[in-house]
Amino acid sequence: MSQPKYLNELKTSFPSLSENERLARLIAGSFFSSLDPLADEISDIKTALSEAVTNCIVHAYKNHIGRIELTLRILPERNIYIKIKDRGCGIENIGQAMQPLFTTSSDEERAGLGFAVMESFTDEVVVRSKPDRGTTVILKKKLCAKENSNGR
Amino acid sequence: MTVEFEYNELRQILTVFLCGEIDHHSAVGTRSLIDIKINALRPVQLVLDFRSVSFMDSSGIGLVMGRFRSMEEIGGEVIIANPPSFIKRVMRLSGIGRIARIVDTLPPINNSNNKEEQNNESTKVPQ
Repeated sequence: MSQPKYLNELKTSFPSLSENERLARLIAGSFFSSLDPLADEISDIKTALSEAVTNCIVHAYKNHIGRIELTLRILPERNIYIKIKDRGCGIENIGQAMQPLFTTSSDEERAGLGFAVMESFTDEVVVRSKPDRGTTVILKKKLCAKENSNGR
Repeated sequence: MTVEFEYNELRQILTVFLCGEIDHHSAVGTRSLIDIKINALRPVQLVLDFRSVSFMDSSGIGLVMGRFRSMEEIGGEVIIANPPSFIKRVMRLSGIGRIARIVDTLPPINNSNNKEEQNNESTKVPQ
């Protein structure tokens, strides 16, 4: 392999326990803090990531605990890349799953907004899935240019 | 996350101060704590105060929707109070404003300027 296309990368995995939703957000918040993102940007990233990880826990590994693989990358020009991968049940119809308010969850309090939030809070969402094989969600976002005179 | 309750007996308003991070993990326990209070007090208005919420994903929308249903059953209404800007964005996306009024100007905690608020009976329930 030639030079990697990213400036920094972190790969980790954790079991699909709901307390790890928070862990994933903390990891991403720490990893991307070197870019000194705006408070709104870090909040957007954490919210989108939280939706993706929750989907793995609630849907992909609905009836058992499986592993969630998380890849975080810092790309040139303040572009960030987040990959959330599971080897769970997969999605039959991705287009339908991404419709706002669509949910297969039997829990009445799942709003069915996961993908809508991901799409709204990032620049690009890529979903690849195969039934019984798993789902990969990639979130991309370009952070605002850093100000030179930063008072912080 | 933690929740604190404040009940205004005179006006039958139950205020829930949500504090910390609202996600799928934390919402599960929180919603049953709130429902227990709703069933015990049967308020005419439920105020969900978001001022101290540091993070919220769409699980928070589910939390509001569920409490809307609980309040609908007893003929009461839900008010969403003081959501920070990042929470407002999730709320706007969800259209939750159609079932619960979003209010920004409720007086802060322990504000005694408002005479009616002095009648509050405060109960703090750490989760």
